Amino acid sequence: MSYFIELLVNGALTGAMYGLAALGFVLIYKSSGVVNLAQGAMIMLAGYVIWMLVMVGLSVWLAIALGLVLMFLFGLLAERLLLRKMVGQPIIMIVMLTLGLEIFLRGVGPGFLGASPKQIDLGVPLAPVIIGDVFINRVYLIGGIVALVLIAASLLFFRTRLGTKLRAVSDDHVSSWSVGISVERAIGISWGLAGLSAIAAGAIWGSVQGVDWTLSELLFPAIAVVILGGLDSVVGVLVGSLIVGVLGSVIPGYLDELAGGGTRDVVTSLIILVTIMIRPYGIFGREDIERV
Amino acid sequence: MFYRLSGIRHTRYAAARQLWPIPADRWQVGVLLALACLAPVLFSPFYLLSYLLPWLIFTAAALSLTLLMGIAGQLHFGFAAVMAIGAYSGIHLVRAGLPFELALLGAGLVAALIGTVFGAAALRVKGLYLVMATLAMQYLVDWVIINVPVISGGAQATLQAPSTTFLFVPLATGVARYYVALLWVLFVTLLLLNIKRSAVGRALVAVRDKDYAAAVIGIHVVRFKLVAFFTSSFLGGVTGAVLAFCYYQAVTPEQFTFNVSVQLVAMVLVGGLGSVIGAYLGAAFVLLVPIVLTNLVVLLNDLGWLNASTNLLSHIPLMIYGVLIIGFLLLEPLGLGKIYDNIRKYLLVWPFRHSDL
Repeated sequence: MSYFIELLVNGALTGAMYGLAALGFVLIYKSSGVVNLAQGAMIMLAGYVIWMLVMVGLSVWLAIALGLVLMFLFGLLAERLLLRKMVGQPIIMIVMLTLGLEIFLRGVGPGFLGASPKQIDLGVPLAPVIIGDVFINRVYLIGGIVALVLIAASLLFFRTRLGTKLRAVSDDHVSSWSVGISVERAIGISWGLAGLSAIAAGAIWGSVQGVDWTLSELLFPAIAVVILGGLDSVVGVLVGSLIVGVLGSVIPGYLDELAGGGTRDVVTSLIILVTIMIRPYGIFGREDIERV
Repeated sequence: MFYRLSGIRHTRYAAARQLWPIPADRWQVGVLLALACLAPVLFSPFYLLSYLLPWLIFTAAALSLTLLMGIAGQLHFGFAAVMAIGAYSGIHLVRAGLPFELALLGAGLVAALIGTVFGAAALRVKGLYLVMATLAMQYLVDWVIINVPVISGGAQATLQAPSTTFLFVPLATGVARYYVALLWVLFVTLLLLNIKRSAVGRALVAVRDKDYAAAVIGIHVVRFKLVAFFTSSFLGGVTGAVLAFCYYQAVTPEQFTFNVSVQLVAMVLVGGLGSVIGAYLGAAFVLLVPIVLTNLVVLLNDLGWLNASTNLLSHIPLMIYGVLIIGFLLLEPLGLGKIYDNIRKYLLVWPFRHSDL
């Protein structure tokens, strides 16, 4: 039983950390309808940025603060230089463009900085937290809390003046223009915010498994989270990430030995497939109505 | 120039509808065909087998995918999985004692059946969600292949392709394998060219442009979506088997990962969605340009003009590949096929470039 609870708790925390990756996804999709398949690579890039700033001699927290600024600028730039030119193009072009960015970043980061994993030390002690007979990794605990805080912050953010503008933009580009909202700037800001969430994810995942190209593989569970929760729903990220995390921890915990490993990817794939077949727009997503 | 449109007057529908109505095009196709047939004489075995052969096979794969993505408009990010199904079925069928010709057919059928299941998702969703669904299926198929020992021969295993014959010619020599690949890519090319000018092709295009509107004018959308998935998966499966037998001569799960799927989509997009000549150009571009540019960088490095570490050199193909995709999408979203088309149209009316065609 305690094995089950341990899987459950760690799964929920891992899930919340997937939520960090998924949050950037939702921020961008909500404002511009673009699916950013480069989000995984942006997290990797954020990890490298923090590592480099630490190497220069900054303390970790200062590095993260400066990293926030840099990744916000990176998000703005990516939108300005790449995505803005693709407005009105078919969805496959946009998807492929972000994939191209992903491939490029995966080459640049490890290429210039070395392929071996880089350690980010957040100063969190390695000893696990023990509650009853359940062992919880401290970094996971902090990651989970940060994820919850960020999700709550995004919920609040969408109630501010700027957040309301972003919601208007996500509703309809033309009517936003007509009431004087700069759609371009709103979309740019949403990319910048995705860069911010990438720093949080990069710092935490980087300290858990080291910074190397495998960080970009967070994309896959993040996709499962957003598909399940709904591509344009912040609440969906919370619920989706918990479900994906728990299922992706409990099921492999029992089945991996029987099936020969790797069942986590299967669970993730099945979550995507089942959601798409039953309720494509996810639990909290908004259903698009299509006209000829 | 040699492209002359003047003096060509078709008086019958059959003449106007033929595949290459302009003599210059026919000449071009003839010369290319002759070159392709003479390639074993013209090129050294190294170039034939490590550049020309994979190019032809990946062109066949890109053509199969462009039938689905370009003509029928169904996005597919798991095409490598379909090819893997074909490759594994082909090898197991030949091992079970079937002749190679029938094994190819069987490989295509198995891939088509499973590929049509992929297509079931297309009946429910489209666009973005279809991308995600096919992506998930890619991971599922990969996992099944790796973790079912009957298929993969055990984890981390490599299945050697058994020696076999095609139309009584043993596939032991590189030249024989080259001709099998050539035959297959010619077959796929002709099939695609003909699909594009038939009723089926026009129905698929209607489904691509707007499926509801297609339904309104009496096209059975469900049927044609499934037809697109079935046909393209069949072609993809046979291509996978040809790839396993003629190029790799062995099969491992690593040959058909998600990255290969992305590469195939990149070939289709760089070539131009739905363009046949584009599939040839796109496959060549995506396969060869990173190699050529990397060789160039290595050369500069050896000459001492650059100072790149081995680690950087090993990542340069990835960067070039990413930049290629981004560059093409930003600068010429319609791909190499469109560039070829522009040049051809310019030459057709040269020197009167303002007459419209």
